[in-house]
Amino acid sequence: MTPRQIIGKIGLWLSVFVIVSPAILFFLWMLSLSLKFEIDNAAYPPVFFPEHIAWKNYADVLASNRFLTYFINSLIVTGGATLLALIVGVPAGYGIARMAAHKSAIVILIARITPGLSYLIPLFLLFQWLGLLGTLVPQIIIHLVVTVPIVIWIMIGYFETTPMELEEAALIDGATRWQVFRHVALPIAKPGIAVAFILAVIFSWNNFVFGIVLAGRETRTLPVAVYNMISFDQLSWGPLAAAALIVTFPVLLLTVFAQRQIVAGLTAGAVKGG
Amino acid sequence: MSALTQSTPGAAKSDAAPEKELRPPSYWPFVVPALVVVLAIIIFPWVFTIWMSLNEWKVGSATTFAGFSNYLRLTSDPRFIEAIGHTLFYTALSVLLPLVLGTFAAVVFHQKFPGRGFLRGVFIMPMMATPVAIALVWTMMFHPQLGVLNYLLSLVGIPAQLWVFHPATVIPSLVLVETWQWTPLVMLIVLGGLAAIPTEPYESAQIDGANIWQVFRFITLPLIMPFLFIAGMIRMIDAVKSFDIIFAITQGGPGSASETINIYLYSVAFSYYDLGYGSAIAVVFFLLIVALAAVMLYARQRMLWTEISSDA
Repeated sequence: MTPRQIIGKIGLWLSVFVIVSPAILFFLWMLSLSLKFEIDNAAYPPVFFPEHIAWKNYADVLASNRFLTYFINSLIVTGGATLLALIVGVPAGYGIARMAAHKSAIVILIARITPGLSYLIPLFLLFQWLGLLGTLVPQIIIHLVVTVPIVIWIMIGYFETTPMELEEAALIDGATRWQVFRHVALPIAKPGIAVAFILAVIFSWNNFVFGIVLAGRETRTLPVAVYNMISFDQLSWGPLAAAALIVTFPVLLLTVFAQRQIVAGLTAGAVKGG
Repeated sequence: MSALTQSTPGAAKSDAAPEKELRPPSYWPFVVPALVVVLAIIIFPWVFTIWMSLNEWKVGSATTFAGFSNYLRLTSDPRFIEAIGHTLFYTALSVLLPLVLGTFAAVVFHQKFPGRGFLRGVFIMPMMATPVAIALVWTMMFHPQLGVLNYLLSLVGIPAQLWVFHPATVIPSLVLVETWQWTPLVMLIVLGGLAAIPTEPYESAQIDGANIWQVFRFITLPLIMPFLFIAGMIRMIDAVKSFDIIFAITQGGPGSASETINIYLYSVAFSYYDLGYGSAIAVVFFLLIVALAAVMLYARQRMLWTEISSDA
């Protein structure tokens, strides 16, 4: 290796270190906060590696009887909104791609630009009139604002790249459009559906703004529940950090294991909910 | 025939044309369910918002038609005007910083080095993590006495800051979080651009003896410009609407020093329950985002024109 190459190598690794360390240090610090007793969290200079590990912070969060409720709420809202979005969005993406109806993408664009709060005002009134507030239904419905555009957008892009020949052959053999979709297009589209599913799950799980308005005491999702913890005990950092980590852990896990799909989805559609 | 169309993508397009007469309405059933959902949750709210913005509409009292009075009220609402200023300041910083850092990160991640896939996964974690959970930890890190940020500053001899607890530093501090969170998205988009660049210009630059900076400035940068523009546009749209981070960390405070339009909209609609006025804010807010996007498009067009005319 020439000196020039060695300098280049060092420069590269230094750059990598500079770029990645804010993310690594942040999550390590989050972990550290969540595993420390209050004495260590209130210490100055800060303690990075505590002598005594406070597993208790996690036990307390998980054992609090409401946590399970909020976790199930999050599962129902995210699961429901994602499932419904896939049911209506995958066929729609297929139809739009095959009809080459590119103008319909404008609606998706408008949905992408509109601030989430703008949906909340009219839908809040609607749910009030329908007497649905206090159940999880309003949140599932309003999360569709996030999930449906993601699914449609990604599926349009995906179906545009899948080959037409098989579908045409099936049509000539007398299959209906629905049969072609069900037995030819859909199996090929599985990777695209996976991308849409993962992104819809993440952005729905992370959503906060809809919950703070629509959720009552019993219908909070996890992000809202964590936010409410702040106002109650500002100073007990350990349990708070533990709760924050528990809430975001499933998403981080998904990011690590489905990185390829996430990158593909984000760069293709560059969508984000809310 | 099918072998032929597979080998050349252009051919697939050309023989799709005569088939068009066979196609039309048969794909509509696929779209109808989504159309119903989109009408209900996107179009209906928009129409209803516009109607509400023309009314005096407060929760718990009768609604009366008010014409454009809500919009007129906006023009003389100092809190709204201040919020526009905060939003523009916040947005400008939250577009520029991630663009610069994200481009740098993309150039680095475009190199080959061991562990690249894993480190890229780590790098994009801030963007996927739950914003409220992130905001909560940042709030602890911003703490003036016990926060780790002031400790880190003290290590390099910089005096302690008040971060989000002082009106002068609150917006830059929030932008720090936003930048940390969203630089990865810019990186991913630019990385896609870098992957599409052919190698020939680099080879000839190497022969001509160009240094790293010259290569970046005169070859890479012009070629990734379209991607930077897309990234900038997306970043603008998201930064203008930024809610979770600001709301969870400062709620618009101290005082109203970090109150952006979106935060003010929340207060009007769901703290004061002034839904008519809130709807007017929502409409103006949307138009503002569209206007900003139009300005960016216009600037991009101008840039392209000057590039072409300076080449000639």
